[in-house]
Amino acid sequence: MTRTLLTGNGAAAWGARLAATDYIPAFPITPQTEIIESLSTWIDRDEMTARMVTMESEHSMITAAAAAAASGIRVFSATSSQGLLYGMEMLYTVSGWRAPFVLVNVSRGLASPITLEPDHNDIMAARDCGFLQIHCSTCQEVLDSTLMAFRLAEHERIRLPVIVNMDGFYLSFTREPVEVPDPAAAKRFVGDYDAENIRFRASAPVSQAVAVIGGAPYSYFRYETHMAAQNGLDVYDELSIAFADQFDRSYPAIDAYRSEDADIVFVMLGSFATKAKAAVDRLRAAGHSVGLLRPRLIRPFPAGLFRNLLAGKAAAAVIDQNLSTGMGGVLHAELAAALYGAADAPSRLLSFIGGLGGRDISLEEFYQIAKVTRTAVAEQKTPPPRLLYTEQELREMRKLQAVASVERDELNNSKGLSRD
Amino acid sequence: MYRIRFHGRGGQGMKTASRILGTAFFLQGYEIQDAPRYGAERRGAPIFAYVRANDQPIFERGIITRPDLVVVADDSLVPVPAAGVLTGVDRHTVLLINSDQTAETWQHRLNLDSRIITLPAETTERDELRFIGATCTGAAARLLGVITRASMEQAIEQELADLGDALIEKNLSRALLAYDSMQPHHGCVNPASDTDATAYTAPSWIDLPFDEARIAAPDIRAAANSVQIKTGLWRTLRPVIDYERCNRCWWVCSTFCPDGAIKVDDKTPVIDYDHCKGCMVCVAQCPPHAIEAIPETLAQEQEAAEETTS
Repeated sequence: MTRTLLTGNGAAAWGARLAATDYIPAFPITPQTEIIESLSTWIDRDEMTARMVTMESEHSMITAAAAAAASGIRVFSATSSQGLLYGMEMLYTVSGWRAPFVLVNVSRGLASPITLEPDHNDIMAARDCGFLQIHCSTCQEVLDSTLMAFRLAEHERIRLPVIVNMDGFYLSFTREPVEVPDPAAAKRFVGDYDAENIRFRASAPVSQAVAVIGGAPYSYFRYETHMAAQNGLDVYDELSIAFADQFDRSYPAIDAYRSEDADIVFVMLGSFATKAKAAVDRLRAAGHSVGLLRPRLIRPFPAGLFRNLLAGKAAAAVIDQNLSTGMGGVLHAELAAALYGAADAPSRLLSFIGGLGGRDISLEEFYQIAKVTRTAVAEQKTPPPRLLYTEQELREMRKLQAVASVERDELNNSKGLSRD
Repeated sequence: MYRIRFHGRGGQGMKTASRILGTAFFLQGYEIQDAPRYGAERRGAPIFAYVRANDQPIFERGIITRPDLVVVADDSLVPVPAAGVLTGVDRHTVLLINSDQTAETWQHRLNLDSRIITLPAETTERDELRFIGATCTGAAARLLGVITRASMEQAIEQELADLGDALIEKNLSRALLAYDSMQPHHGCVNPASDTDATAYTAPSWIDLPFDEARIAAPDIRAAANSVQIKTGLWRTLRPVIDYERCNRCWWVCSTFCPDGAIKVDDKTPVIDYDHCKGCMVCVAQCPPHAIEAIPETLAQEQEAAEETTS
């Protein structure tokens, strides 16, 4: 076993390389660009045989990816944030083509205001589009999930595109020790792509299109896609077992960390969940019965598994790194929907919003979340959702606003404009 | 767990420095994590990079709030609040500053009870500026005390493999010189203990107050304010026109300047140093080679000297 230091972006590129991707339509965006830079370097050096085409937008990139997938070849692409949103029309469109491919999204907060740093609002915006979603928390997981994603996407009971998600900066630009699988072993795991009835060959032109249709047949096709996505739960389980057998690394649909005998459980996605693990270890050392559930699979949503893993717990504290404006944390709402009516569901389900635009979530904040949750259990009262935002942060914000206001007045005065 | 933060300016090689140190730790058998952090991706902007190293898998992630060692490649960043050089620095933190001021001066200026060590300041030779990252990482490795000279060498060879032997050799010599020079401070950095879950300072969370949109909308509404932003402060190299050699072609440098920072009055180009970012496009384009690149620090020293004499 040799381990090497790779960023999340490097790990994603290795995943695409080891899966023997044939075609990569690309468009750069921070913090994803390093993925396509790595792939183009390898192609240029003949270390990888694939065709890369730089497109003029993500909208075209997603279209090209799906069109290529619809010709029966293996396709990889990557984007982030505003790029994912720019391609959104085609995300919905191409999932309906039922042509599988893998798209890596490097999460980054959405405008406005503009940020380069991560949160999950970009990927949450894509949760209803028909792509399956795997969320990663380490660089190793990015590589392994990319390999798994091809098999998931191409599986005969699914045949849908899959998004592998990683956080910008905290994974994309962060190097960690990663074991890069032996190419032959990776090839054995991913296997050859059987495109079934999807084929397009030179000198044999065919038309491929979808029709304009009314409600009932439309409903049929949409619901078939939904059922295919739901098949992902069983297929994913089979795949994760096969992966563990071959590579000795286990990735269940929900990563359960010290949760089995825990009274209180943190629930969160992505790279900051490793920070939650560190907090769990220290809370345990301090005598608190705390665990973590980290869903890797978000589409399909592992509702049944959540119900099982949370059965009999006193409380769950959901930490959302996203904000559905006018509603709250997306994962919190989805988990509440999954638990509703379950006889032994936790009686307290708390909501915390944190890490928006890359804001850190400190160890002390995890401790405090655990404390607030313990209090909620003791007092049998669920507190309102809590934004992780401190007095000092507001004070700094007020200072910036004061500076902005003075500067604007000075500028306007100097130009003879009135104050407003 | 060791937690190390490198501070510098975009282009000074802080990301590479953190990677070399990360690799050196990894070669010593540590689990590691290294990452750069930046906002605007441009030369001269304050950036930092960080390294974590531990004997077991690392769960901690993101910015380092309690560093054991802070390395500063550019001492002009220390007083810049946005650079965050002093964030989380306490008495257990070792500060390594590349500066021509002494450690005592910095101790006096900052009034910290941290240990401060200075590296001999970067030379003003333009060629030498490129190796500041190697110098910083070599010195840092010695202060940590757990990285051998051999691991340091191997890490540099590995991380800079694409640059070719000559450049590797130059980086190696600077890094090892710095490594050796820090011998008196060998192993002075100690990992901080982790925050306990029983005795911790609770975060002062507040309920965010509602502000009306005229306050809370993230819009900038001001007339002609871009001129207020002194982008010239980003410059690390200054283009200086030698008017003896300028042939008054009146258009080449001003046309190529991507920032419109060269104005031509009566066929004589004048550089607006408040807004010249020091990209050196004019230096490359000037047909009679009448524009020279001078390190900004040197140019400022010369200016200061001229002011004193005049």
